[in-house]
Amino acid sequence: MDQAFFLLFAAASVITALTVVLARNPVHSALALMACFLQISAIFVLLEAPLLAVIQIFVYVGAIMVLFLFVIMMIDVREAVLQRFLPGGNLPALVLLVLLGVEMLVLVLWSDRFSVTEPVVVRGGDQIRQLSTTLFADYLLPFEAASVILLAALVGAIVLARKEQG
Amino acid sequence: MVPLWWYILLGVVLFVIGAAGVLLRRNILVVLMSLELLLNSVNINFIAFGRYYDDFRGQIFAIFVIAITAAEVAVALGILVALVRNKSTLKVDDVTMMKG
Repeated sequence: MDQAFFLLFAAASVITALTVVLARNPVHSALALMACFLQISAIFVLLEAPLLAVIQIFVYVGAIMVLFLFVIMMIDVREAVLQRFLPGGNLPALVLLVLLGVEMLVLVLWSDRFSVTEPVVVRGGDQIRQLSTTLFADYLLPFEAASVILLAALVGAIVLARKEQG
Repeated sequence: MVPLWWYILLGVVLFVIGAAGVLLRRNILVVLMSLELLLNSVNINFIAFGRYYDDFRGQIFAIFVIAITAAEVAVALGILVALVRNKSTLKVDDVTMMKG
C-alpha cells in the first residue's frame, strides 16, 4: 500500500519536475512547480513528517510560488515565450549532467548503506513535541541565526526592489 | 514498506532534473524555479535518512533549509525585479555587466 502510494507520488513529482524544466512559458513552469511541491509534501507525509509536509505547503506553495507568480505578473514574459528553447553549445553541460546522474545512481545502488530497514518504533502522538524540544533546546543558536538571516533578506529584498529615488 | 533507496533514488532524479534546469535553461525565472527543485530534492534525502535512522536532526535540517530557501527567493526576486527595471531582459546570457 505504501509502495503504491510512493510510486504514484514519485511518478507525479518527476513528471511535473520535467514539465518545470521543459515548459516554454514561465507561468506553466510555476504551476508545474506548485504541483511538484504538493507531491513532495505528500511524500513527507509518507515519511511520517507531517509537520514538514504542512510547512512545505505553507512556505513553498503558499508563499514562494505566490511570490513567483507576482513577479511573473509584474514583468513581461511574452518575449521569454518566443525565445529559442535550448540554445546550442550546451553539450558539455548535458554530458556533465548525464555523468552526475549515472554516478549518483551507481553509488546509491552499489552501496549497502541505503538498504536499512524501516525502524519499527511507534512514537505515538508526541513526535512533534520531541521535534520542537530538539529544535528549541539543542538548535537554539542556528534557529536565531536563521531568524536574523530572514530579517536581513527581508530588508535586502525591499531595498533591492525599491525604485531609485529622484 | 518502502525501502530507503527508493527515496534516495527519487532525490537523485529530482536533483538531476533541477540541475538540468539550472544549466540548460536561459530564462532567469526558470533557473530560480529549478533551484527550488534542487533544494527540495535535498530535503527529501534529509527527511528520509532522518526517518530510517530514527533521528530528528534530518527534519530539523530540512526546516532550516526551507527557511534559508525563503530568504534566498525573496532576495533573488528582488534582484530580478531590479534587473528587469534596469536592463529589461530575462536571459541569463545578457547579464554580463560584472564581467568588465
